[in-house]
Amino acid sequence: MRHGKYPFIIGFLVVPLALYLTFVVGAYLQMFQLSLTDWSGYGAFRYVGLDNFAKLWDDSVFWIALRHNLYILIGMPIVTIGFSLFLAFLLNVGGRSGGGGPRGVRGSKVYRIVYFFPQLLALPIVAVIFGRVFGSDRSGMINGLLPDSWSPRLFLADERWALVCIAVVLIWQQVGFYVVLFSAGMGSIGQEIYEAAALDGATKITLFFRITLPLLWDTLQVAWVYLGIAAFDLFALVNIISVNKGGPNNATQVLSYQIFLNAFQNSQAGYASAIGVVLFFLTLTFAALTLRVTRRDAAQA
Amino acid sequence: MTNLVTDPPAVAARPAPAAEKHRQVSPLGGVAHLALFLWALATAGPLIWVLLASFKNNTEIFLGKPFALPESFSLQTYADAWSEAHIGQYFLNSVFVVLVSTAGTMLFGSMAAYVLARYRFPGNRAIYYLFVSGLAFPTFMALAPLFGILQSLQLLNTFTGLILVYIAYSLSFTVFFLTAFFRTLPAEIDEAAMMDGAGHLRRFFQVMLPMAKSGLVSITIFNIVGQWNQYLLPVVIMQGSGADSKWVLTQGIANISTQAGYHAEWSTLFAALTLAILPMIVVYAIFQRQIQAGLTAGAVK
Repeated sequence: MRHGKYPFIIGFLVVPLALYLTFVVGAYLQMFQLSLTDWSGYGAFRYVGLDNFAKLWDDSVFWIALRHNLYILIGMPIVTIGFSLFLAFLLNVGGRSGGGGPRGVRGSKVYRIVYFFPQLLALPIVAVIFGRVFGSDRSGMINGLLPDSWSPRLFLADERWALVCIAVVLIWQQVGFYVVLFSAGMGSIGQEIYEAAALDGATKITLFFRITLPLLWDTLQVAWVYLGIAAFDLFALVNIISVNKGGPNNATQVLSYQIFLNAFQNSQAGYASAIGVVLFFLTLTFAALTLRVTRRDAAQA
Repeated sequence: MTNLVTDPPAVAARPAPAAEKHRQVSPLGGVAHLALFLWALATAGPLIWVLLASFKNNTEIFLGKPFALPESFSLQTYADAWSEAHIGQYFLNSVFVVLVSTAGTMLFGSMAAYVLARYRFPGNRAIYYLFVSGLAFPTFMALAPLFGILQSLQLLNTFTGLILVYIAYSLSFTVFFLTAFFRTLPAEIDEAAMMDGAGHLRRFFQVMLPMAKSGLVSITIFNIVGQWNQYLLPVVIMQGSGADSKWVLTQGIANISTQAGYHAEWSTLFAALTLAILPMIVVYAIFQRQIQAGLTAGAVK
């Protein structure tokens, strides 16, 4: 039955490839073209050479946004992974140690179900909820919990805290996913390894650093890449909960929001494309890492 | 977050497990339970608060007792959210768009992945890497050109446009995941079917797809959750006159949230949030295992 192989291959690839080329590849390629133009988003445009990039170099808000993205790219994964590892370790190894090796704590299944739930909520929904949680009068959840004698705190309206609040929201949503992920990884570590180590008198700290962490290293790498991607996706959070479009005073400005603002509010789609191009090259570094991990995945699967 | 800082000393102080084999509750067990319980509280707290506030009136919300029970449980706020704030309409739009686009993503994604995984032909690797490279770049980067492409195809502010874009942007991960999956399926059954005279199409639909069921379920869940939670793409695509009748749930709720800032109809917002969260809780309660497995399947392998 070798006949009809090529018509079949072409038949199966034509629609997916056409969609992908039109909306994904096409968009990325046009981004390079449009970055050299003064396109407003509608109608005709003319080529302006590298003007957009020169303007970008002098655009202080762009640099602020870039810096904020880097803060979150580094800080958010460290906190999320550290905290998730801690919780996952408690869930899986924190129980009483009767009869040899360590056990999971009682109720660990319930904890895993509760922690994971925020992962299912749309980020915009989470953003709206936390916009109210951080509300700056008594109607906000946190301020409502403060003693009556305290004056309500400004969270999102305070330059020093606004970006931290956004990172906290992201961490709140993500931790459960990684607890489940790391738990799965820890579950695949043989119980007998723990038992042997426990019989040798190893403390739980030793177990964690000598057994759990090294054997979980691959999963941690994957987690790092996933969180890196999530760290770029701040548009929903900033668009919904930041005050004054990335404020106060640009304190929550990030690149995705800069691209959106320039493309759709300031009618500078060409300039927005130039930001995209810069970002494209910046993410290539990150992409190399992603591809390396995914290729290893494909080989193993 | 304080748990992270305060707990390790307690862990270190704990005697070796072997020394207290028969003790029922170890000191670490207590600390572990406390830490785990606190995070469960932090996870569930905001959601319980939203539920309670959805029954309160503005005065009650501003009292600053976030976890006090409402004076009465009337469903009026829900009725308002459903019809006057159009949550019902947004909800149905979301259901429609996600149903069609997930079906499309699975059909086209599995077709492309199958051909790429099991047929040798010139350009196979190139097409595979073209699909996978989409994983590395965040969606928002090429927003402006994507808008332009949809504009020129007259697909702005249409469900068709939104669905096609969802499918296109979901193909990267779907093809990546399913290609790896199809490669792992045994060749013998496929060859036996070929001997029996089954053509390419028949082998795909009657032999390969049923065998790939577990992989298909995982990636379907992944796509449903991902597309249901989309916000950026609908915000870009569903704009223009009359767009608000075609908004998806995330857009609709984000909009009520910004509106509520002026009109201060907080209880309607909280009711709308509850309406968006409840179906997820129900679905999660039923499919909790599959959902956790499905969403983490992409990361552990």
